[in-house]
Amino acid sequence: MSEITWGLWEILLKGVWITVQLTVFSAALAAAVALVVGLARSHRLWIVRFISGAYFEIFRGTSALILMFWIFFVLPLGFGWQLVPLWAATLALGLTYGAYGSEVVRGAVQAVAPAQREAGIALSFTPAQQLRKIILPQAWPEMIPPFNNLLIELLKGTALVSIMGVADIAFGASLVRNATGQSAPVYTIILLMYFVLAFVLTRGMRVLERQAKAGIGQRPEKRSRLIGRKAEIPRQDATPATVGGEGR
Amino acid sequence: MSADSTPLNTSKETANPAADGSELIRFDKVTKRFGSNTVLDSLDFTVNSGKHVTLIGASGSGKTTILRLLMTLIKPEEGTIKVAGDYLTHEERDGELVPAGDRHVREVRKKIGMVFQQFNLFPNMKVLRNVTEAPVHVLGLSPDEAEERARGLLDLVGLGDRCDAYPSQLSGGQQQRVAIARALAMRPQVLLLDEVTSALDPELVAGVLDVLRDIAHTTDITMLCVTHEMNFARDISDDVLMFDAGHVIESGPPEKIFSEPEHERTREFLSAVL
Repeated sequence: MSEITWGLWEILLKGVWITVQLTVFSAALAAAVALVVGLARSHRLWIVRFISGAYFEIFRGTSALILMFWIFFVLPLGFGWQLVPLWAATLALGLTYGAYGSEVVRGAVQAVAPAQREAGIALSFTPAQQLRKIILPQAWPEMIPPFNNLLIELLKGTALVSIMGVADIAFGASLVRNATGQSAPVYTIILLMYFVLAFVLTRGMRVLERQAKAGIGQRPEKRSRLIGRKAEIPRQDATPATVGGEGR
Repeated sequence: MSADSTPLNTSKETANPAADGSELIRFDKVTKRFGSNTVLDSLDFTVNSGKHVTLIGASGSGKTTILRLLMTLIKPEEGTIKVAGDYLTHEERDGELVPAGDRHVREVRKKIGMVFQQFNLFPNMKVLRNVTEAPVHVLGLSPDEAEERARGLLDLVGLGDRCDAYPSQLSGGQQQRVAIARALAMRPQVLLLDEVTSALDPELVAGVLDVLRDIAHTTDITMLCVTHEMNFARDISDDVLMFDAGHVIESGPPEKIFSEPEHERTREFLSAVL
């Protein structure tokens, strides 16, 4: 048993940096995949729906860890090039969480009132313009809370890379634990590290959500100091107007 | 409001060259079914340019279906629709009539503006941008030109001071007036009005109808309305068409339809709503 020296702390902090990088890169890839696949899944051409649906099912149904191994160990056999473990992990996490995220995108897009699309048609917007100017801006605020969940899942999922020897927080922790023989303080410290990272992400996403809601004219919800939300205060300045609905 | 100050004025010279009573909308043997339910049955009717035509009839009689067909929100099973001489549902290719492609539909549809029962403003855009977005990105107006046009129209509907509000900050009546401005900003030749006051609180109806009355009286835009406001219909219409089960069973000037309807169904309907 020995002290956790500064050198060992450095290992942990470097691990934090790797974890942050991994989270950011995978999240960026996952967001792009989620958007493309999510939109493709309600495309008017069946073949596009089919391919994107297959992607969704396959990547949702496979283990991110095995996928990571597969990309790292099997892909080189077939294609002759080798990804460094960090990028193999980014790819595996991004593709997997992108599949989850596509469901969020699809749901949010479909939740936009059909009447909004009709108004877009009535003004002769092209389908791409309708999507860009009308549908996505309204779907975006709805995507943020579930995206936040996925992002935190992703952050914690990055611990898988320690198995491949990527020096993230979890990897650093096992090194430090081996060096000091102390399990309790080390694992407590990294629990807290993950929690702090997750908390920072959540606060960031809340800011994003408030901005997004303000961008569609919704008043930001009153927030309590730490967690949770209070009931929305009804607007005083307008007669509530119904949105959506269609007559014949 | 005087006719010469409205931004609509230009439409008399530019967008509306044929406001001379010639045929603007033509339905030719149009049949529309929803499943086994035939809503329109081989319907023929025309609306002449510059006219204000109101469609009345019980709900389910096919009135709104006509507007939705014109807006290409739905497609007819049979028949053709022409707007200002161009097929809306079809296009001519090598002398043959084929179902219209998206691009053709969008071109013809630019002649048509629609105001919805539920306003359907874009909640992610402020009032001004709701009105400028389509003129800029569909008609290709410069942003300045579109803004000038939009501000003029928002003044016309009495909301010139709410350009920077979001739709959610407006009352239903205000939203509907913005929606009218948004439709007019495209300088359509024909304005479709789909029960535009049905979703409004009673005290807000008058403001919206006043705006429409102004537009009807000071411009030569063609209007096709579906409404349950019989007083409004009487006030602005040149012609009233009574629908029943997908057919026009009676038509004529409002004085005649409202005071001496010939058809039994028309009498029943009017006694129910008046």
